[in-house]
Amino acid sequence: MVLNISNSLREWLSTMMPETTAHILEMVIIALIYLGIFSIAGLFLVLMERRVAAWFQLRIGPNRVGYQGLLQTIADALKLVSKELTGTERADKFLYNLAPYFVIISSLMALGLIPFTENFQAFDINIGIFFLIAISSIGVIGILLGGWASNNKYSLIGAMRSGVQTISYELSVGLSLLTMIVLTGSLQLSEIVEVQKNGWLIVQGHIPAIIAFMIFIIAGTAETNRAPFDMVEAESELGAGFHTEYSGMKFAYFFLAEFINMFIIAAIATTVFFGAWLSPFGITESLPWLGIFWFLLKTLALVFLMMWFRWTFPRLRVDQLLTLEWKYLLPINLVNIVIMAWVVWQNLTIQI
Amino acid sequence: MERILFYILALSMVGFAIAAVSSRKMLRSVIYLLFVLVGVAGLFFLIDYNFLAAIQLTVYAGGIIVLIIFSVLLVHHIELKLEMAKPKRRILTGILCLLGIGVFISTIYSHSFDVVGEHTTTLTSDIGKRLLSVEDGGFILPFEVISVLLLAAMIGAIIIAKGKKLNEKTKDLP
Repeated sequence: MVLNISNSLREWLSTMMPETTAHILEMVIIALIYLGIFSIAGLFLVLMERRVAAWFQLRIGPNRVGYQGLLQTIADALKLVSKELTGTERADKFLYNLAPYFVIISSLMALGLIPFTENFQAFDINIGIFFLIAISSIGVIGILLGGWASNNKYSLIGAMRSGVQTISYELSVGLSLLTMIVLTGSLQLSEIVEVQKNGWLIVQGHIPAIIAFMIFIIAGTAETNRAPFDMVEAESELGAGFHTEYSGMKFAYFFLAEFINMFIIAAIATTVFFGAWLSPFGITESLPWLGIFWFLLKTLALVFLMMWFRWTFPRLRVDQLLTLEWKYLLPINLVNIVIMAWVVWQNLTIQI
Repeated sequence: MERILFYILALSMVGFAIAAVSSRKMLRSVIYLLFVLVGVAGLFFLIDYNFLAAIQLTVYAGGIIVLIIFSVLLVHHIELKLEMAKPKRRILTGILCLLGIGVFISTIYSHSFDVVGEHTTTLTSDIGKRLLSVEDGGFILPFEVISVLLLAAMIGAIIIAKGKKLNEKTKDLP
């Protein structure tokens, strides 16, 4: 734990109670803070999606509840909480109820690794990026389980499609991040940020870094099951895909996790390619608390880019999706790693 | 603190392992198995082997379990239940399992283990250097052998999956 807040919290707690209790209480408090971030960010992103979608379609979007519709998604959440939880007959109740938690827990764990500012990072593990990839590979289990346990053929088809898609695109996400690891020489997220004080990695690595970024954003959009890769929940073919049979709060779990995953993909891209909380050209270096502002600005810009994709590209077919991954992205990625290794070996990186 | 965590992890692993073999629903067994594997990753985290823990999560939880779930989804209907074995066979299996546990426990307790107080985290760069080193204690030979083995496995899988099509195409060729 590198949280400065956490250190002062620990000191304050340990003056009042024995060390073990203080330690456990500290962990609980940090977990609660992250749960708060999780839900607030999720609700805000849903609102942002709706406003952006409306903007692209020349509508206004939600604008009645609160100022400019700021409270709209909170009202929606209250409605979802009060709704009845329904289920299908002969569904596997245990797995059906377990599935949303896989999705939620994996995205919550990933959120803990992201360096919001220099001091605001809950878990700065020395295998950072690799741990993120490991965690994100677990989330798909929730989708597969939810689809199967609903006892509904549309859910099952949606879950199968999601499995194929996530397993394939995970490779591209991992390999494009690996390309950048060649440049940084460390997997730890705080060290990756440290390296970028000589220029953001997308500038340092120039051509191969830009190719890696493009592959990462494409594969990341596919990993979060968003349009144009949303065959998992293609409305016109499958109802709502794997969460057809979910209602109320359990549906909201899947929905929130999808948006948080989008945020996480954008945050990883910010950290690895765009210098995380570092300001452009170090203009606010003397004001470290502005880090959170720069981080959120970059992340939300990337989130906006992903929303832009949604309203620009038509949906792909399953075979087109797999062709894109296995015949184009993966070979390009492998060649790109070799190019990046050569660039680093010949010292052709751009240092500011 | 760590002791308590260890016992929680160990007990839940034992519980889930028993549940995995005794459940009559196939996908539930797979999920119990997943919990056991995640528990192993938790043990690695407890002794600060972060890299091995992440490998455990990616390869076993994220890879193998997803593949098993995938094949269950393809072949298994939700209303099917696995058959229970006959009582005779169950007793026999139980005795064999107890025998196995006995062998393990007697072997473990016949050795004395040193308790290492200070454990340091293994860095990824050290693991990488050791994997590629050709000196004493380097792992370059097993590393290369495993990569060749995996390549052979991949080619084999492609040949099996495409076997018939390959033959028909080659039939037309002169």
